[in-house]
Amino acid sequence: MVEIASDKPLTLAEKVWRDHVVVRGKDNDGQRAPDLLYIDLHLVHEVTSPQAFEGLRLAGRPVRRPDLTIATEDHNTPTLEIDKPIADPISRIQVDTLRANCEEFGIRLHSLGDANQGIVHVVGPQLGLTQPGMTVVCGDSHTSTHGAFGSLAMGIGTSEVEHVLATQTLSLKPFKTMAVTVNGTLKPGVSSKDIILAVIAEIGTGGGQGYVLEYRGTAIEQLSMEARMTICNMSIEAGARAGMVGPDETTFDYVQGRPHAPTGEEWDTAVEYWRSLRTDEGAEFDAEVVIDADQLEPFVTWGTNPGHGVSLNDAVPQPTDFDDPVDRESAERALEYMDLEPGTRMKDIRVDTVFLGSCTNSRLEDLRKAAEIIRGRHKDPQVRMIVVPGSAQVRLEAEAEGLDQVFKDFGAEWRFAGCSMCLGMNPDQLAPGERCASTSNRNFEGRQGKGGRTHLVSPVVAAATAIRGTLSAPSDVLLPEPTPA
Amino acid sequence: MEPITTHTGTGVPLRQSNVDTDQIIPAVFLKRITKTGFEDALFYAWRKNPDFVLNQEAYKNGTVLVAGPDFGTGSSREHAVWALRDYGFKVVISSRFADIFYSNSAKQGLLAAKVAQPDVELMWKELEKDPATEITVDLESRTLRCGTVDTTFEIDNYTRWRLMEGLDDISLTLRQDAAIGAYESTRPSLKPTTLPVKV
Ligand code: SF4
Repeated sequence: MVEIASDKPLTLAEKVWRDHVVVRGKDNDGQRAPDLLYIDLHLVHEVTSPQAFEGLRLAGRPVRRPDLTIATEDHNTPTLEIDKPIADPISRIQVDTLRANCEEFGIRLHSLGDANQGIVHVVGPQLGLTQPGMTVVCGDSHTSTHGAFGSLAMGIGTSEVEHVLATQTLSLKPFKTMAVTVNGTLKPGVSSKDIILAVIAEIGTGGGQGYVLEYRGTAIEQLSMEARMTICNMSIEAGARAGMVGPDETTFDYVQGRPHAPTGEEWDTAVEYWRSLRTDEGAEFDAEVVIDADQLEPFVTWGTNPGHGVSLNDAVPQPTDFDDPVDRESAERALEYMDLEPGTRMKDIRVDTVFLGSCTNSRLEDLRKAAEIIRGRHKDPQVRMIVVPGSAQVRLEAEAEGLDQVFKDFGAEWRFAGCSMCLGMNPDQLAPGERCASTSNRNFEGRQGKGGRTHLVSPVVAAATAIRGTLSAPSDVLLPEPTPA
Repeated sequence: MEPITTHTGTGVPLRQSNVDTDQIIPAVFLKRITKTGFEDALFYAWRKNPDFVLNQEAYKNGTVLVAGPDFGTGSSREHAVWALRDYGFKVVISSRFADIFYSNSAKQGLLAAKVAQPDVELMWKELEKDPATEITVDLESRTLRCGTVDTTFEIDNYTRWRLMEGLDDISLTLRQDAAIGAYESTRPSLKPTTLPVKV
């Protein structure tokens, strides 16, 4: 993404960028200085915002556009007894500070107990605030989720949060573009989570560095918005700054009718603009990866970074399978942490906990798909399963469909909305040595609690695993019971 | 942010290379919600040792830290700069700085001056011989004096300009206020706003 001439065919990312440049960076000895970009939507939560607000206060600056800013409580909040004061003092201080700051600076906040409280990346799309062609930022790396709408959405640090609050802009260095083309059609039981785990296993956790990824191809076109969000969400795990999908009818149908979506004539104008954003015929990407969806099986991670993924039918790899000495060492360390023997079949691994939730997989569709698998069954008695809707709204919708009852009958815990066990920052944590099949996005050491062991999976794999107690594919539980001979 | 052109203050010899951000400020302090008041967190582990340089009366009020090569490596935490600044340091001298630490410093008005290692060694000797030795740093001429040591330091033009003007990132952007306003006036009205609330 170096020069943007008007007659040159452009990619989606380049068009969104072009439409947000406030001041172009000057050339300096052949090096482009950063462009100043306008930010359409700034999402705020309790963990990365306190110092940003304090910075404004110290400098006597206001928030430039409270009307382009929205806050919610998610990382620190409990998912049980949410009417009681938050027990952990540090969590409580962060949440109380957010409340005071939003009050002082006039920012809309969805607090615990409110129908639109929930994980920041679930709330934006749900309200129709995330729309195609926007620039979206948040002090959280999984902001890439919003790229599913054809937005340029990026995670930022605390000082950038302050910068956006004060100026509604961000200085950004131009980045490169990568096409991630997924051809074919997914087999039943295989989901978008498996696509992104396969992409990360293919290009590595650093493979996307410096790039904005654009997911395209027939398999992507067939996906729902929820499924696209799952993929874009994990772009960051491939090291990319952002991930995007070209807006199409699926996108427009999802946005239409939501509280903040355009209406009437404005809707038609908006759709016309959104259609124009798709990557032009002949536009060039700086890099391309191609994945064949027909060949994909459910994926699962065995190690301690999201690139440590294999097909569920495979076995735990040998460190000697890795040519690069750094990869080999990381594999050895990961196997030790995960307490796994190379050669063990993935499907023979027993788990203690199943976590269905996080901004990757906690939307209504995710809950529905998991519920479909477990309906009328019982969980393995030794497994604990926690189901955490992404937002209070998702929880209400699920309850209206009776999904809560399906989970409860199955033996799972039905919780209130929040980040929950995605990260060890609130009461929902793994105990040391506990093994978890998790629909979240990071299997780092200690991510779900000190000493906890994480296997990343899709919602349907999580559901099948809860039934059998060992890592399982949906096909393992949906096959008819073998008839006795 | 206070502009700086020259600074004179007591030098603190820190004979240590690879001072990483975990040593400058341990991770437990990242849970705080403030942006100031990190002076107690600076070199937290080292300060438990009574012999540590900052625990010596003569260096306690130092404002110029003279450290070994590769200062500020490790995590990108901005807290490392906040802790140094809150303690009262205005200048850190080293022969090499980690990239992120270097750019974080400039944003907070902390001068990270690159000085060749042989000169750093000479300065350590001067400061240890006479703890009352003052260091004078002049950004205009990029020169530095510490007792008998008279030398120059390296700093790029852009960072030097920012420090001399006292411009943080936000003030820099606010110089483009007119351009931001112009952009806003052409933004289509159909773009969503969070207020008034619609649910
Ligand atoms: S669910 Fe997990 S990844 Fe998503 S915002 Fe919360 S903590 Fe971050």
